[in-house]
Amino acid sequence: MSVVLLLISVGVLLSGGAACAALGTRGSANRLGAAVGVLGAIPAILGAAHALCTGQTSAFHMHWSVPFGSFRLAVDGLSAFFILIIAVICGLAAVYGAGYLKADIGRKNLGASWCFYNVLFASMLLVVTARNGMLFLLAWEFMSLASFFLVMFDHERPEVREAGWTYLVATHLGTAFLLALFVLLGWQHQTMDFERFALPADSMSAGVLFLLAVVGFGTKAGFMPMHVWLPEAHPAAPSHVSAVMSGVMIKTGIYGILRTLTFLGTPPEWWGWTLLVIGAVSGIGGVLLALAQRDLKRLLAYSSVENIGIICMALGLWLLGISTGNTTLATLGLLGGLLHIWNHAIFKSLLFLGAGAVAHGTGTRDIEQLGGLLKRMGQTGVAFLIGSAAICGLPPFNGFVSEFLLYVGALSGIAQAGRSDVAAAGMVALGALAIIGGLAVACFTKVFGIVFLGEPRSDLAAHAHEASASMRLPMAVLAGLCMLIGLLGPLVVRAVAPLTSGLFLPAAATVANSTGIDIVGLLWRISAGAALLLVLILALAIVRRRLLGGRVMEQAGTWDCGYVAPTTRMQYTASSFAWPILDMFRLLLRPRLDRRLPTGLFPQQASFESRSEDIFRRFGYAPLFGAFRSLADRLHWFQQGRNQLYVLYIAVTLLILLLWKLGAR
Amino acid sequence: MQILPEMLVMLLLLTDLRLLSSSRIAACIQTVVLQAILLACMTLAASWGHLTLEVMGVVLSTVLVKGLLLPWLLRRATREAGVSREVQPFVGFTASVLIGGLLLGLCFVISRPLQQAAPAGSAVLLIPGAMFTILTGLFIIVSRRNALTQVLGYLAMENGVYAFGASLAVEEPMLVEMGILLDMFVAVFVMGIVIYHINREFDHIETDRLSVLKD
Repeated sequence: MSVVLLLISVGVLLSGGAACAALGTRGSANRLGAAVGVLGAIPAILGAAHALCTGQTSAFHMHWSVPFGSFRLAVDGLSAFFILIIAVICGLAAVYGAGYLKADIGRKNLGASWCFYNVLFASMLLVVTARNGMLFLLAWEFMSLASFFLVMFDHERPEVREAGWTYLVATHLGTAFLLALFVLLGWQHQTMDFERFALPADSMSAGVLFLLAVVGFGTKAGFMPMHVWLPEAHPAAPSHVSAVMSGVMIKTGIYGILRTLTFLGTPPEWWGWTLLVIGAVSGIGGVLLALAQRDLKRLLAYSSVENIGIICMALGLWLLGISTGNTTLATLGLLGGLLHIWNHAIFKSLLFLGAGAVAHGTGTRDIEQLGGLLKRMGQTGVAFLIGSAAICGLPPFNGFVSEFLLYVGALSGIAQAGRSDVAAAGMVALGALAIIGGLAVACFTKVFGIVFLGEPRSDLAAHAHEASASMRLPMAVLAGLCMLIGLLGPLVVRAVAPLTSGLFLPAAATVANSTGIDIVGLLWRISAGAALLLVLILALAIVRRRLLGGRVMEQAGTWDCGYVAPTTRMQYTASSFAWPILDMFRLLLRPRLDRRLPTGLFPQQASFESRSEDIFRRFGYAPLFGAFRSLADRLHWFQQGRNQLYVLYIAVTLLILLLWKLGAR
Repeated sequence: MQILPEMLVMLLLLTDLRLLSSSRIAACIQTVVLQAILLACMTLAASWGHLTLEVMGVVLSTVLVKGLLLPWLLRRATREAGVSREVQPFVGFTASVLIGGLLLGLCFVISRPLQQAAPAGSAVLLIPGAMFTILTGLFIIVSRRNALTQVLGYLAMENGVYAFGASLAVEEPMLVEMGILLDMFVAVFVMGIVIYHINREFDHIETDRLSVLKD
């Protein structure tokens, strides 16, 4: 049943995508592409909801003449969990994209862009349902290539081309590890079908497979230090594509790790520690780098690294719980991680859509150029505020629920473990979560404060216009979802709980009992608190309106006594807001400072500039690829430009191979 | 040991050596034509007792395409491109023949293990002969300057492949043979056009001087 609905979805998306490509630059491609995205989302959502409710696995099998391949699809709980969020986000982003791309009608080949969008959507659905290694890799590759072409939408601009190539190289390096992973798995089990991978492997090779999966899938997910493509590619893509890529595409990496773990048998303890440490590094590093950015979308991209870090930490706690037999830790870690996958998908796409509306309305993504947008783009501003509060993990929004589960899990690990290593892991997780939470609040205070409050810092911001209705609707829906999950956390946890049975944990009904903590009851109390908070805010708003009603309101300078001519440049800038915190972490971030101090009694000129580049890119990848390039340059003599020589190379190679093969017999 | 197939393979070896040593393009074209006819004869000889219409068809089309059509195309290309009638080698003719001898020895060495896989009744010399033809073709491609001679090398190589197929795998579907033939015809056709255009663009068809095209 679910798998049939899924296949309908994929069929609609692929055929609709082809139709879009045929329309090319015509304006109707824009409407058709968005309609296909929405239509394709509906059956997938229904199918996933059905699978989640009934808890049944439905499979589909067809003969496929590819070597080692068979066209096996199946929708189980884990797949349905991911399908649901993929379909919701992709459908909403398609509605948004119709409004966002309207300005490009006639100027760009929108048909091609929508074709790739729908192919990306369909391939993500296939990735999370494929049950054969070849099919999985094929869908994975389609996903990577479709998103590459989407990133290259503004290919006239050199920085976009640069970003696209970075993405392409990174994603293929990741795929190389995945290829090794599946070849090894297939070689061990003599098949590429997932259902027969479930044999327990010996610990040595399982460890190797685990590391391959972490590197390969982690590259897509954006684990540090494999995250470098993320802050390049996400700002370069159109905003609805950034929302899809950051909201759901990187989650397919998490899905891959979860799925692979089900093949590898009971995890040893060091796997949990690996994920925990990677998660903590990604989380803290991501949020610090986010704080240092001044490009709105690049900042959001780094914040995705941070949230992926939180999810990774949650998975680390889960594995540690399993390997040490601490069910409470395992259940809470897994539930928190899974819930955070949904939550991050919702609020991060909301924020990217909001950032897109800002970029669309003002023409810039530079935070320092913006300001005072709440007055000009009220609804976008409120949606962005909700997203910011949710991503910081503040109640009454959804981010709080998932992070709360993690906090409880980590605390229970410390409290009832009786083992010092589990307690240490709990402390690491607690500390990292606390640091991440605090820095995230600082980061998003900076974003919202500088972009939406105050006075416009440039003409661009002063002439901003509100986004069109088709762009505001998806944001409103996502903001509503943020609040809904925040208020109805227990219900969501109950819906997600059945998944845990497939992931080394007892089935849903026993979650509450096995943990020893009444999670659902605890969450209901939080919901009650959140509802109270909302009522309070509403009441205060009504009181304010009542009090202000009938009175005259006027605008005046804030400190109107001393300043003759206050200018907008006197406001706090984004960099100055973030500087005290960045200065604390100077050792880690290595910001480049460029200052010219005022000199003399009557100083003429002074300036101060600080830039924080990605340290992994600067100290890790740049030297590495530089070395590769110089090595490659040394091989240049090989390329003489004479085809006689090239044929000679081929002939000699073939002869040597022939002799070697014959000699080996 | 049958005399006729062995004789034919030996003749094939001799044509290879002639290809390596002749300094005139016209002579090279003639040699390749001769090889094609030899191959046709080999196919006939291999399936003498049980000659079918299909084999006849293959033999006839081989002679038609390789013996008549391709030489005509090549001669026309020679005329139109106005190339000199000399083969311009990187490796001199004597040296070429010597290297050819070495390659022949190598072929005998490496074909010994392959010999066991050959069907009974096929010529003993066939595998080394076919392999030597392939290597000769490759060597001509590598060591000659003129684009036309490279086409000839390619043809010789194809003849070697054909010699393998025609006599070893008589039972194979004839579709494969026809495929090879068609392939070759198209390839030579395209190369003829390319040569013509290279000539018009650069006033010569010496491929070593095309190295300016590399990036």
